[in-house]
Amino acid sequence: MKPAAFRYFAPRTVEEALDLLAEHGDDGKILAGGQSLVPAMNFRLARPASLIDINRIAALDYLREEAGALRIGALARHARFERPVASGALGPFLPRVAHQIAHLPIRVRGTFAGSLAHADPASEWCVVAATLDAELVAESRRGTRNLRPDEYFTGALTTALEPDELLTEIRLPLLGDQWRSGFAEFSRRAGDYALAMCAAFLRIEQGRIVEARIGLGGAADRPARIAAAERLLIGSDGGDDAKRAAGDAAAQAIEPLVDVQADAEYRRDLVRAMVNRAVAQACG
Amino acid sequence: MSWVGRRLPRYEDPVLLRGDGRYVADLARGARAMRFVRSPVASGRILSVKAPPGAIVITAADLAAVKPICPRLLRPDFVPIAQPVLARDRVRHVGEAIAAVIADSAAAAEDIAEQVEIEIAPETPVVSLDQALAPGAPLVHGDAANNTVIDTGLDAGDVDTAFASAHRVVEFTFTSRRQSAMPLEARAALAVFDTSSGRITLSVSAQSPHLIRTGIADALAMPENELRVIAPDVGGGFGQKVPLIPEHIVAVWAARRYRCAVAWIEDRLENLTAAFHARDQRIALRGAFAADGKLLALDADIQCNIGAYSNSPVTCAVEPLMAMSELPGPYAVGAYRVRSRGITTNTCPMAPYRGVSRPVITSAMERLMDTAASRLGLDPLAVRRRNLISSFPYASVTGIVHDAGSYREAMDTAAETLDIAAFRKRQQSARAEGRYLGLGFSVFAERTGYGTPTFSLRKMEVTVGFERVEVAMDPSGFVEARIGASPHGQGLKTTLAQLLADEIGVAPDRIRIVSGDTDRTPYGFGTFASRSAVVAGGACKLAGIQLRDRLKEVAAQELEAAASDIDIADGRALVRGTDLAVPVPELARAAYHQSHRFPTIVDTGLSAVATYDPAGTFSNACHAAIVEIDTATGKVSLERFVIVEDAGILINPTIVEGQIHGGVAQGIANALYEQIVYDDSGNILTGSLADYLVPTLSEIPDLEIHHLETVTDASITGVKGVGEGGAIGAPGAVLNAVVDALSPFGVEVFEMPITPQRILQLLRESRSRTT
Amino acid sequence: MTDKTEITFTVNGASRTVMVEPRRTLADTLREDCGLTGTHLGCEHGVCGACTILLDGQPVRSCLMFAVQAEGAQLRTVEGLAEGDKLHPIQQAFWDNHGLQCGYCTPGFLMLAVGVLEQNTDIDETELREVLSSNLCRCTGYQNIVKSVLAAAAEMRQWPRSGGP
Repeated sequence: MKPAAFRYFAPRTVEEALDLLAEHGDDGKILAGGQSLVPAMNFRLARPASLIDINRIAALDYLREEAGALRIGALARHARFERPVASGALGPFLPRVAHQIAHLPIRVRGTFAGSLAHADPASEWCVVAATLDAELVAESRRGTRNLRPDEYFTGALTTALEPDELLTEIRLPLLGDQWRSGFAEFSRRAGDYALAMCAAFLRIEQGRIVEARIGLGGAADRPARIAAAERLLIGSDGGDDAKRAAGDAAAQAIEPLVDVQADAEYRRDLVRAMVNRAVAQACG
Repeated sequence: MSWVGRRLPRYEDPVLLRGDGRYVADLARGARAMRFVRSPVASGRILSVKAPPGAIVITAADLAAVKPICPRLLRPDFVPIAQPVLARDRVRHVGEAIAAVIADSAAAAEDIAEQVEIEIAPETPVVSLDQALAPGAPLVHGDAANNTVIDTGLDAGDVDTAFASAHRVVEFTFTSRRQSAMPLEARAALAVFDTSSGRITLSVSAQSPHLIRTGIADALAMPENELRVIAPDVGGGFGQKVPLIPEHIVAVWAARRYRCAVAWIEDRLENLTAAFHARDQRIALRGAFAADGKLLALDADIQCNIGAYSNSPVTCAVEPLMAMSELPGPYAVGAYRVRSRGITTNTCPMAPYRGVSRPVITSAMERLMDTAASRLGLDPLAVRRRNLISSFPYASVTGIVHDAGSYREAMDTAAETLDIAAFRKRQQSARAEGRYLGLGFSVFAERTGYGTPTFSLRKMEVTVGFERVEVAMDPSGFVEARIGASPHGQGLKTTLAQLLADEIGVAPDRIRIVSGDTDRTPYGFGTFASRSAVVAGGACKLAGIQLRDRLKEVAAQELEAAASDIDIADGRALVRGTDLAVPVPELARAAYHQSHRFPTIVDTGLSAVATYDPAGTFSNACHAAIVEIDTATGKVSLERFVIVEDAGILINPTIVEGQIHGGVAQGIANALYEQIVYDDSGNILTGSLADYLVPTLSEIPDLEIHHLETVTDASITGVKGVGEGGAIGAPGAVLNAVVDALSPFGVEVFEMPITPQRILQLLRESRSRTT
Repeated sequence: MTDKTEITFTVNGASRTVMVEPRRTLADTLREDCGLTGTHLGCEHGVCGACTILLDGQPVRSCLMFAVQAEGAQLRTVEGLAEGDKLHPIQQAFWDNHGLQCGYCTPGFLMLAVGVLEQNTDIDETELREVLSSNLCRCTGYQNIVKSVLAAAAEMRQWPRSGGP
């Protein structure tokens, strides 16, 4: 389990990185945290001819609030999110999610943007981005594109990123304090990739849900908001019947992934349970 | 004061804690790397193997003179199956070695291995027991009809009458799926050719270096004395590292052929796909019960998937034979009929793994006890109590003699510890809140520490069993004990030093235990089957007594007293009832440098050799688990786990508890998590530790251990083996707890692992039955 | 494609310069090029944690980094824990509490625990258990690893705030 040979580049600026991508992008890969890419390379399931290591681009290592969004630079690592980094409803939410990502030594290296670029269906940050309708900033020598999750995620481990593009920033829209959040996931062991997960954001006025965002991950080939579940929750009190209906709707809305741990029926069971729990947390 | 019984910190530890341990890969710097090209298909004919130009690639054609691995039982109902060292004409499982590449680095060897072109005409494989046993199924080995390599049985007592007169017959088929022992250090071998002597030194991550040396010498038709086999630090074995494997043989062959050092360091993908698997067994079990819960008769059909090849030297029959003879376990049953088979398939070969067949038979029997109790409306512990062997020695229906144990006491102690009445109340109120708690027990007796008197009943061509120890005191008064056993994490060096310290009369820090080196140690069989503390320990005791007697003779002269009046303790010889004493180092010096004064020990000096070869002793235990099941996800959480263990005299209780902890964790893994999954084509779907679910700390609860200490005369030290018990007892307790938790739904479980997905399936089936 | 690059980093306080192929993992470089074989390989895909070391004070999987990425980094491995004959409190605690059996996972657990305890000796037991779930052990059932790390935490709390002994 030793990787195949590759050429290694360590640019110091985004411009250098984009130049390298323009030249080597077709058979190259960006190396950020490397916590998914390097295992795949060790198994020789991934064998990029060139590796463009962006870890030395200090300008990409940032987290800041600007223009109503949390702007996450491409080098912001998972561990940064274990403590509150955003105002409003994302404040308590992001640490709760971050703690569920793999294990500490992985969180020390892995990056938020790297998770989105890898687009594993069971990535927590992908679900968060989908649920919040994040803006994804892709740069190349040709220019800058801002992508929305529904156009960005195109399938399991595939995205709309072009080979010469670098995901430089993710913008999570901030939600006001009137929003409540919940996050639930199920995995066989602590730290494993989740078999299903749900992120829920609810705005509740006078005991009624007036706005809802329900996102699912790990259950289908890509993360997505589930409009049917959101519709059922809006106007309800978030009680047992509403939660059950939302869970059922979510379970029906997806084309479930099937793997060694979970067949379609079981994945739907888990979706029901996770929707129920995430909504309950948000209402609680 | 005795050294036995003390919780001494281990002598093994400081080196390991500093990172100065030497595992095979640590010794391999500078060696050339060997990598195997393995079969991508489960069954097929090899049409061609083409190496890239300029590369060193070894194929079966190069090894024409090398004998296959073909372990045998000397009985007519066993079909020996031969495993070529590299696949010759056909492949029989995914992962089978077809060629070996030698290169300057592991990465370069992997590059070349990718370029070796192998053409195979695939054939339909048989993967599961059902596929292998189906009429007209393809044969894995031409001479094993019906893919059956052993088909045996026994019939004792009047089984038919017992079933006819039974108040209730309980029957089910119990299945244990496939696991890997998954030692954290995968397998490894480093073969170094010494140009001056022409000898090869093979450092190997193994549990039985002497057996491996014999096996390699046989395969290569070389004198054993040209080969030195060393087991350095070994990162766990659990059975997987007992057998001889093709990789050992190819490494030695290549080091001789190319007169160099060659290292094969197995990676995790290879380990999960090509290193021995375990379990994959099922038992169709019927129990005839009287109304009071008495088990009148047992009838069993045992099928063991043994994979594509046997394992050397114990053979693939070890699982079906042990399951057959030990199924009744701790229960007295007068009539027993069993058929037991080993079935070959196009899957990775099986080898004994911690517990061998006993985690399966124990879980099946413990499910039988609980199921019978539920059908008869009796308390599960009452049914067990009605049947547990309670007077010793007890000769079982299969001819096994149980030495003194504490079967009922262990169960009663566990029950008291758990306070069942209080639990039942808590269980009721939890159910009212939609939370499902369950309590389960598992009682077992485990034959441990057995030598050739027991192994010979299996009629193995290589009958393993005795252990020999050579003990010598040097002129400085320090002791070296050379053992044939080969510990790899069990703390045996500390354990034996404590034992010898008491016998010889010096502190254990003056005793060095040497193991795992065929040049330095007497022939022995290694460390497996919960045997080392009992068998090597017994030999140490016998050798220690001899050495002490020799020291007494020296002391008798030095102190001008009768040897029988001398005691040796705390590093000095003392004339009993006086203050006349002499330090042991002075005796040692005199014995070597004034030997003319001690004619009675001139033949041996201060050394002794002893062999111990017992029939075995049963340790026993009761495990009890409390679980909570999340019925929305099927997740089982362990809330509490209690072990009441009787391992006889405990030499070092801390080390014994460590063995139990590790065994129980593996048993919990067996019950709930670990499973090697094949698809129908014989491909492994669980080739990484992200898919093969070895539990983390979060999945293992605190383990509470209580000791009972029955004194047995079946072991000269009073010690019983304890290495495997944790893995044997734990799964049954977990399964019974799961069933208890789900009792409101009427769900029964006769399989392991029981996964969250299966629990929800069973709940769904139960709901559809009731609606 | 197998051109080697020169890199320099600090391991256990000493500067090291090695020539490596870009594909050489940091774990392999420590073991093969620096001779620090206490860092073990258990899976090479980041699950088992046997190769855990400290990179600029933080626990990381050294099998999931390439050595070329460690240019200029401060690395610590198990070999750097003891000071001469004196074991580090975490090593002493593992010895006192039978926190190891075969010893293969041990260096990874030691470095994981040190990385966490040096930042926060007051870490609560729940959080500590969560962190210790990062690595796999096949021998101990984790019982005495938890005990050892709790004992080491208590010992390390006695240290002056400025750092180690």
